[in-house]
Amino acid sequence: MKKNGVVSRLLLAVMFLFLYAPIFVLIIFSFNDSKSTAVWNGFTLNWYVELFQNRAVMSALRTTLLVSVLATAIATVAGTAAAIGFYSMRRRSRTACLAVNNIPLTNADVITGVSMMLLFVFVGQGLSAFSNWLNGLQWVEDANLWFDFSFSLGFGTLLIAHITFDIPYVILSVLPKLRQLDPNLAEAAQDLGATRFVAFWKVVLPELMPGIVNGMLIAFTMSIDDFVISYFTAGSQVSTLSMVVYSMVRRQISPEIKALSTLMFVAVLILLVIINLRQARQESAAARRRHAAARQP
Amino acid sequence: MRNKYVAFPYVGWMALFVVAPLIVVVVYALTTRDGSLTLDNFSSMLQYAPVFGRSFFLALLATAICILLGYPMAYYLSRERGWLRRMATMLIMLPMWMNFLLRTYSWVFLLERNGLFNSLLESFGLPKVNIIDTSGAVVLGMVYNFLPFMVLPIYSVIEKIDYRVIEAAQDLGANSAQVFRRVIFPLSLPGVLSGITMVFIPSVSTFVISRLLGGGKELLLGDLIEMQFLGSAYNPHLGSAISLVMMVIVLVCMGIMNRFGEGEEEAMLL
Repeated sequence: MKKNGVVSRLLLAVMFLFLYAPIFVLIIFSFNDSKSTAVWNGFTLNWYVELFQNRAVMSALRTTLLVSVLATAIATVAGTAAAIGFYSMRRRSRTACLAVNNIPLTNADVITGVSMMLLFVFVGQGLSAFSNWLNGLQWVEDANLWFDFSFSLGFGTLLIAHITFDIPYVILSVLPKLRQLDPNLAEAAQDLGATRFVAFWKVVLPELMPGIVNGMLIAFTMSIDDFVISYFTAGSQVSTLSMVVYSMVRRQISPEIKALSTLMFVAVLILLVIINLRQARQESAAARRRHAAARQP
Repeated sequence: MRNKYVAFPYVGWMALFVVAPLIVVVVYALTTRDGSLTLDNFSSMLQYAPVFGRSFFLALLATAICILLGYPMAYYLSRERGWLRRMATMLIMLPMWMNFLLRTYSWVFLLERNGLFNSLLESFGLPKVNIIDTSGAVVLGMVYNFLPFMVLPIYSVIEKIDYRVIEAAQDLGANSAQVFRRVIFPLSLPGVLSGITMVFIPSVSTFVISRLLGGGKELLLGDLIEMQFLGSAYNPHLGSAISLVMMVIVLVCMGIMNRFGEGEEEAMLL
């Protein structure tokens, strides 16, 4: 293929400007010495200091990080296991499972959120009716017991919802790695005396690792960035960062939120640059090794 | 290393939290508040036909714009060499790490009456434009938010095209326009199809973008559904019916489209 000319380079630049302009505006105005986003009043780091004193924002940050980390961890393990299971199934059941697995991915967020909320409310009502019924029974009263299975929307339901929409991403990024896997490898390990578990741990899992890590990253990104599903499943007591932002929009976005988003953005940027540099270094090291090997007589 | 039993916990999880919620939606859509069967929820939806029309129209428009902008972007990115190419995926994904609501709302700062864009226009002596709180702003928000979902699948498909295929076409006398039209474009179609799905579905169902950028004046489907569950017009039965109809329409559209794409499901994920 031809290399890009000036025109296509320019187009790329404009497109990236389109993607990044709103972000730059936010970052720049997080240093603005006024609550306004239209007028520049001079540089300040005040919002970064006040951020850590803002209870609502800090508690939302804690909730967001906690739910994202927990959901990602659980989804990574469960998703990898599920992918191995799906891969081992017969064709027909695998197709059925994958079709259901795809539902949270293709369904609109609103519908996923709304349907889970309905389920939670429905089950919550059912359970509270059930505990009432139990408490009304004679022997329960005689035994001096008191049951209360009722629950309402909160951190638990939020976590369940996040796990549910995270797992499909892990599965879809692990499955291709399973297909590429040489089935003889695990058998060879077992022939050489490894138990099934050791063969899996030492041979199969490292082969799957890139897919697992990729799925984990996608799941974490989705969890952190999610608003709609959290909005419906978290109830009124728990708030994630997105929900705090949503409640602020239309009144006034507090500058602390801009500061916090800037910090998170920069953290991710640094992380990605490090990963990228490491990859580039590994690639060039591998190339050097190949080069050296080729020169050997 | 085959063991199908490790999938069973997740199959149970899916039954509980993927299938059961949808069944509850169907049940709610078919019942009234006191629990008797009814189809009224569907017939009373007729008054919302304009909302359906507007939502699908705006989402289609946004999807079309995403193709027009995203395809060249993906194509030119795949022709880059060096650092830009190595960082391409990362550069497209990175904006997603800024909070979705903030980065959408940031367009209000940029485009409002006295915002940055208008001051820029003014300094060139051009008239101000009023974009915020119109349907145009909603489409802009959709394009902005979901463009990465169009670029990434197309980019990853084009990137995987075997270079020898292109060389073969050139050897057989095709010029670069022909190479693009007869070789690269057909091979990149699966990416375009999954891009369309990934842009259209969130666009047609959004309520955040219309509320932030559209001023909440013109309802979209997402607004309508949200209102029935957490908003002023509390009626989960009607909301379930609307969700169900929207889901069916979207599924049918996607089914028809994927017929053309010969079922390239795996291309969906990067």
